[in-house]
Amino acid sequence: MTTADILPGRLEDRPARTSTLLRLATAGSVDDGKSTLIGRLLHDTKSVLADQLASVEAASRKRGWKGELADLALLTDGLRAEREQGITIDVAYRYFATADRSYVLADTPGHVQYTRNTVTGASTADVVVVLVDARNGVVEQTRRHLAIAALLRVPHVVVALNKIDLVEQPEAVHAQVLRDLEAVGEATGLRDLHVVPVSALLGDNVVTPSERTPWYSGPTLLELLETLEPSEDLLEGPFRMPVQLVIRPQQGAVDPLLVDYRGYAGMIASGAVSVGDEVSVASSGMRSTVVGIDRAGTSVDRAEAGLSVTLRLADELDISRGDLLAGGDAPRETDQSSAVLCWLSPQALRPGARLLVKHGTRTVQARALGIRERLDVSSLTVEPAEIAELNDLVQVDLAFAQPLPLEPYGLTREGGSFIVIDPHDGTTLAAGMVGAELRA
Amino acid sequence: MTATAQHPGVSTEHASLLDALESEAIHIIRDVVAELERPVMLFSGGKDSVVMLHLAAKALWPAPVPFPVLHVDTGHNFPEVLEFRDRTVEKLGIELVVASVQDYIDDGRLQERADGTRNPLQTVPLLDAIEAGRFDAVFGGGRRDEDKARAKERIFSLRNAFGHWDPKNQRPELWHLYNTRHRPGEHVRVFPLSNWTELDVWRYIAREGIELPPLYYAHQREVIERDGMLLHPGEHVEVREGEVPQIRSVRYRTVGDMSCTGAVLSDAADVQAVIAEVAATTVTERGATRADDRLSEAAMEDRKKEGYF
Ligand SMILES: Nc1nc2c(ncn2[C@@H]2O[C@H](COP(=O)(O)OP(=O)(O)O)[C@@H](O)[C@H]2O)c(=O)[nH]1
Repeated sequence: MTTADILPGRLEDRPARTSTLLRLATAGSVDDGKSTLIGRLLHDTKSVLADQLASVEAASRKRGWKGELADLALLTDGLRAEREQGITIDVAYRYFATADRSYVLADTPGHVQYTRNTVTGASTADVVVVLVDARNGVVEQTRRHLAIAALLRVPHVVVALNKIDLVEQPEAVHAQVLRDLEAVGEATGLRDLHVVPVSALLGDNVVTPSERTPWYSGPTLLELLETLEPSEDLLEGPFRMPVQLVIRPQQGAVDPLLVDYRGYAGMIASGAVSVGDEVSVASSGMRSTVVGIDRAGTSVDRAEAGLSVTLRLADELDISRGDLLAGGDAPRETDQSSAVLCWLSPQALRPGARLLVKHGTRTVQARALGIRERLDVSSLTVEPAEIAELNDLVQVDLAFAQPLPLEPYGLTREGGSFIVIDPHDGTTLAAGMVGAELRA
Repeated sequence: MTATAQHPGVSTEHASLLDALESEAIHIIRDVVAELERPVMLFSGGKDSVVMLHLAAKALWPAPVPFPVLHVDTGHNFPEVLEFRDRTVEKLGIELVVASVQDYIDDGRLQERADGTRNPLQTVPLLDAIEAGRFDAVFGGGRRDEDKARAKERIFSLRNAFGHWDPKNQRPELWHLYNTRHRPGEHVRVFPLSNWTELDVWRYIAREGIELPPLYYAHQREVIERDGMLLHPGEHVEVREGEVPQIRSVRYRTVGDMSCTGAVLSDAADVQAVIAEVAATTVTERGATRADDRLSEAAMEDRKKEGYF
């Protein structure tokens, strides 16, 4: 039984595995050249189609553009209010591909107050690209973006040292930025940091190597992106799968032979699972053996992190949505935890607040017991705090109405992350990281 | 310089692009089915909605698709697409709800536009159908690569009691943790194909062997050229003075309101040929084939805010 049998269609030869997916997020202060850089990446990877380029050329002329080509920054212009005010309001997603890879780029606005956008973009990113204006070097905003990338444990950070065509001694600027970043990298605990000197405007070292930077022997920005690996931890960690749904078709089954089917559907959050593996349920500690892994009618022997699957087990256990299936020892469930919150709402967090927390596939009531300290992202100092306001990064203690199988965010981005929701109006209030520490 | 060349074996450890996109979409569909009470899926018979429905069947297999599908019928449909729509729904044994723009025009609730285009008229019947069905989640096949306004929209996108989208007040979407909460009267639009490109959709259609309405493949058709677009003359497109109908080999990249959906010249008669064509194309899907979207840079943004797809 394959899906082609239940859906209108014909089954053709399946081509071999194609390219991989790399998720990028960009960050930078206003006017560092982020829009121009993204426009340049899209243009030079030939991801801009003729009608898009034509409309950007027309808009550039209308605004008195005198440079070559067109103002590539306009390629990423979004909503009307943004065009009118010349600002970016919200995260926008862009797509481009090379022969080897497909890229999803979360383009996050860089205003000081928009830490929430950077956090949003970084939460799923394999790579964050931080813009630095060569004329200004490493500034407060750069430290803030790097601190957030480190806190969210983004596997790779690339600093695009932009506008090198505007400085007289680019080599010296590059060396100074390297020195400054080394210090920031150490302070924030960044894992993998690269610096590429570029001119987004002229295209130097973005896709094509520059002749103006003989002192730089490293890769262009795109060459570097082509070599960075998506997050490894997910594949290397222990098997974890939050159960989204229990699939029990009974009489409704698409095939009469499958009326007794019972499977646990979810996306593998980390590690891998094979038929024959023993798994346990985090809430009860009950164990069973995997007897089948289904991917919509196609059975496979093994599946790994990032794949949506349905598992069949040897025993009928009491498992429902919200349960966590784990390889080996399941994480212990706990009804209290310390966590770092990135507060994303204009409405402040006060001790005692009643909240909802969604972790994996489980949503529970929660209370903020206390707020301990906040990271001042301007000075990168940690200070005592009583409340959390928009864009604050705070260390809090939370209590949950039902226990959760929390794991340290430092070990697993999937098992250690949660969102905080307003129980009254359903707004997303915060991004949470279990057991994380605020570091200056 | 490639990852595979430098680290042999590593890239095959990662799910391929199509597996990753498919898994993401299935994950989204399952969360809706688990957390929301009355989902509905928009289904027009167009390729994106066909792929989305295929993913829904995969997400819940071997259980049947547990929600109805909704078609906002402009009354200007390609007959082949309607036939395909009905056949697909019957094969899957799911309920089809049709909201008819024609009914609204007939009884005066909507008025025909001067340009005859009916795409913008779909918003009111859509919102009424959502209200009448008390649907709290509406799956749409929109992709972020389609235009600038869509590029900004969340995968789970909250609509207020008027069905309106407020781009300045969107919920941040973190990790894979989707927030499906809404107040009574509000609903969420859900876009499982957000991160797919046109090429991904075609490669997936090939990989899965998904059937589409025949219009998507090259065929001989009578067309006239108008404003740089190839339109099929008939009930909804009158031949104007100076226009000469000609038989050409064409295919459609989108199938919508016949009066404003253009064909493209093509010899791509099967899915592999279409993939080759899409990979080499120099014009966006909408730019090539949708007269109404070309009118204004902000056309889609305005319609979306009012509650359009
Ligand atoms: N000379 C020079 N100007 C640049 C470069 N990159 C961007 N710019 C200019 O810097 C200004 C701000 O760029 P933009 O991309 O809009 O910045 P954003 O606010 O970060 O998106 C514009 O006038 C760009 O043309 C560069 O590499 N060299």
